Amino acid sequence: MERDTDLKQAVLWLVVFAAFALVPVATASKYHLLLAAHILLWGLFAVAFNMLWGVTGMLSFGQALYFGLGAYSVGLMVKHVGPGWFLPGLGLGLVCSVILSLAVGLLIIRVSGVFFTVLTLAFGQLAWQITFRWYHFTGGDDGVQGIIPPGILGNGLVYYYFILILVALAIWLMHRLSQSPMGVLLRCVRQNPSRVPFLGQSVRFSQLRIYVVSSFFAALAGSLMAGADNSIHTDMLYWTTSGEVILMSVLGGIGQFFGPFIGAGVLIVLQDVMGAKTEYWPLMIGIVMMVMVLLLPRGLVGEFQALRVRLKSLVASR
Amino acid sequence: MDVSFIAVQLLSGLTMATLLFLVASGLTLIFGVGNVFNFAHGSFYMLGAYLAYQTVSAWHGNFWVAALVAAIGAGILGMMAEFLFLRRIYGRAEEGGFQILLTYSFILVIDDLVKMIWGTEYKSLLRPAGFQGSITAAGVTMPTYNLAIIGIGLLIAVLAWWILARTRPGRVARATALDREMLGAMGVNVPRTMTLVFGIATALGGFAGALAAPLRSVTPGAGIEVIIDSLIVVVIGGMGHFWGAWLGALLLGEVNSFAVAIVPEWASVVSYVVMVLCLIFKPEGLFAPRQVRKA
Amino acid sequence: MECILKLDGLEKAFGGLRVTASVSFSVKEGELSAIIGPNGAGKTTLFNQITGHLLPDRGKITFVGEDITGLSPQQIVKRGMGRAFQITSIFPEETVLENVRMACLSRRDEALSYFRPVHRFKEATDQAFAILESLGLHQQADRPAFELAHGDQKLLDIGMALGLEPKLLLLDEPTAGMSPDERQLTRDLIRRMWKEFNLTLIFIEHDMDTVFGIAQTVRVLQLGALLAEGTPDQIRSNPQVITAYLGEDLA
Ligand SMILES: Nc1ncnc2c1ncn2[C@@H]1O[C@H](COP(=O)(O)OP(=O)(O)OP(=O)(O)O)[C@@H](O)[C@H]1O
Ligand SMILES: [Mg+2]
Repeated sequence: MERDTDLKQAVLWLVVFAAFALVPVATASKYHLLLAAHILLWGLFAVAFNMLWGVTGMLSFGQALYFGLGAYSVGLMVKHVGPGWFLPGLGLGLVCSVILSLAVGLLIIRVSGVFFTVLTLAFGQLAWQITFRWYHFTGGDDGVQGIIPPGILGNGLVYYYFILILVALAIWLMHRLSQSPMGVLLRCVRQNPSRVPFLGQSVRFSQLRIYVVSSFFAALAGSLMAGADNSIHTDMLYWTTSGEVILMSVLGGIGQFFGPFIGAGVLIVLQDVMGAKTEYWPLMIGIVMMVMVLLLPRGLVGEFQALRVRLKSLVASR
Repeated sequence: MDVSFIAVQLLSGLTMATLLFLVASGLTLIFGVGNVFNFAHGSFYMLGAYLAYQTVSAWHGNFWVAALVAAIGAGILGMMAEFLFLRRIYGRAEEGGFQILLTYSFILVIDDLVKMIWGTEYKSLLRPAGFQGSITAAGVTMPTYNLAIIGIGLLIAVLAWWILARTRPGRVARATALDREMLGAMGVNVPRTMTLVFGIATALGGFAGALAAPLRSVTPGAGIEVIIDSLIVVVIGGMGHFWGAWLGALLLGEVNSFAVAIVPEWASVVSYVVMVLCLIFKPEGLFAPRQVRKA
Repeated sequence: MECILKLDGLEKAFGGLRVTASVSFSVKEGELSAIIGPNGAGKTTLFNQITGHLLPDRGKITFVGEDITGLSPQQIVKRGMGRAFQITSIFPEETVLENVRMACLSRRDEALSYFRPVHRFKEATDQAFAILESLGLHQQADRPAFELAHGDQKLLDIGMALGLEPKLLLLDEPTAGMSPDERQLTRDLIRRMWKEFNLTLIFIEHDMDTVFGIAQTVRVLQLGALLAEGTPDQIRSNPQVITAYLGEDLA
């Protein structure tokens, strides 16, 4: 039975991957390609975030910190050192995200629940403040423009496939993680943290591990985003970015591995459709968030699955 | 640095501390009594500021009446938010996370509604009549309005202390803090109490917003700045500890006031540094009583 | 026989309340023993100190010849101590199999593997299934744990402890909340487990049929202090115990 779901997963995987790979074939529009890239990158960010929240039960309101860290490593490297330093910037961002998340994580995993959320928010805002104020280094509110990936990556199409492959690889790695013993352990940490030590495992270290992993992939998404948008901005570090990635997860469903990815897709398409027409985007997403929390807490994917199970049992009982 | 500089900064820090305390005490009250984390608390502060502005400028009301209108308006809206939305998720699995998300959605909705009604441009309010000047004592000049704020803050702190320590509802609230079931077992109408406590807390926030309006300009982004400051206060003071909120506000207010005078560019970063230092040395809050550590 | 667990003058107070009052005793390897005592006597608190969940105020705990006072629960578990809880403590959303498999993986130091899917850990899976079989839970292996009946959840809690292949197993009121029939089954099961897994086993219990039916040694706690220690027969006829605790039941 377990092998069966393995196969299903693999097929689903290939279909989604193929669909994204075919986007450039289906449309010649640069705009649509960018939209697809955004879905991929926000999807990666959301899936990484959900490893923290949906899986381990740690609601971070500060993952924008690592998303922005990745982006700024690339952007500042290009700005201060030279346009050829895009990839080293990416690497630096990943290394920094591990170091920083270890340091911050050690400080904040000592508290749990709401306190954890508050502290993640505070650290996120601290990073935003510093970036915002340190004008001559970070460009402050102006951000950095003209971040062009080097060499052949400078071609939009090539860069899109570059993103696609890295995102697929990253999500696949996280999926393996979520199916592995450590993934189960993380779920156990969420469901009943006080039992975990009596199985010989440390709650704190489990939390620290996944905090670092999640932050690493958030930084990856951020640094690739810098190349996709050719620019970075302090908004990437702002707390609403953390809020948005949370909304994506709730929208898709935090109980499923792929839920947040779907949520990212839905929200970005929605933003594309509505964004142009309404200046009240925050109001929109506020209402969406409210509806999800009050009426559909399992998210679109979760509710859909629940519905399917109900229908199945209805048919079976006939 | 001379003495009068220090005295002026101390007093202006005290003003800021008082406002922070008023906001943070509301936040900590709902958390302490109801175990609800109201992320949108700052938005009620902002609403208070706008309500006061509306009362004074459009309806030509007296400032103190306006402050009262702000408190009552924010209180009623707070009660509605609790009654219509928040109570639907009490007791749900992983309630804590969903509370944060739901109150986060309040922020987004309230902020945009405020923008729709009042626009995005800065609004400002004059100081109330009789408090527009300043007094000089021992070579230190201080706006009378700041002194009034400090006085009002002290009054409210004493009042709150009296309610918590000396009245039955106050003692019940303290004894059963964080435990809705226990409250119910004691014959308290829990849902009504929760709504009421939420109302009192948001009223405190709204009142603080009104008091602050003549000092800071009123903008739609005000709520977010304030919530983060009061979160820092609450982290420093220990969540749910009333006096912790007071001491935390004092510490942050003073540090900030001197930071603004000495390193104005980085003043807002200094608050975070204070918080990080506190966290390193005492993660459960600087002024929280020591608790039994969980495994 | 060797002594596997030794307590020396253990003390613990909550505020002014003395919950463990200079408790000393030692447990022989391979023993099946019970701890009894009225509600609030400090039995669970004693387990909490032995397993590292609480730090004793004073005293020393020796486990397999090593001083384990002050070690964390995880460190103590790694040295071969397992525990099931008075208030059943399981992972409700995981399947029954997954609950036990997590313990088996932890025992094999495989709990932190992060790449191979969990069901490909053949040995741990087989072991978990064998434990479920001997507990009679194997038919429910694929159900989420929260769906189990109360009694079965208690067994699952014990199953998780068994997955750790402990030398010493501590059970806190294993038959609490069970029907008389279930009690009988659990009693037999505990004795069978004890033999099958070569355990040293200490259980806390209020049900006297279970205590006197299977324990080789019985210890009585009262107001945090060790009141008596001996064979079931000795305890039954101990006048202090009769007046202090068993009074109405047996006198
Ligand atoms: N963490 C704690 N803080 C304060 N008091 C505690 C704590 N844990 C237990 N107590 C108190 O210590 C005393 C002993 O509790 P304990 O749970 O050890 O009793 P017990 O013998 O297991 O009782 P029962 O048979 O009801 O399970 C009780 O009065 C209890 O209220
Ligand atoms: Mg007990």
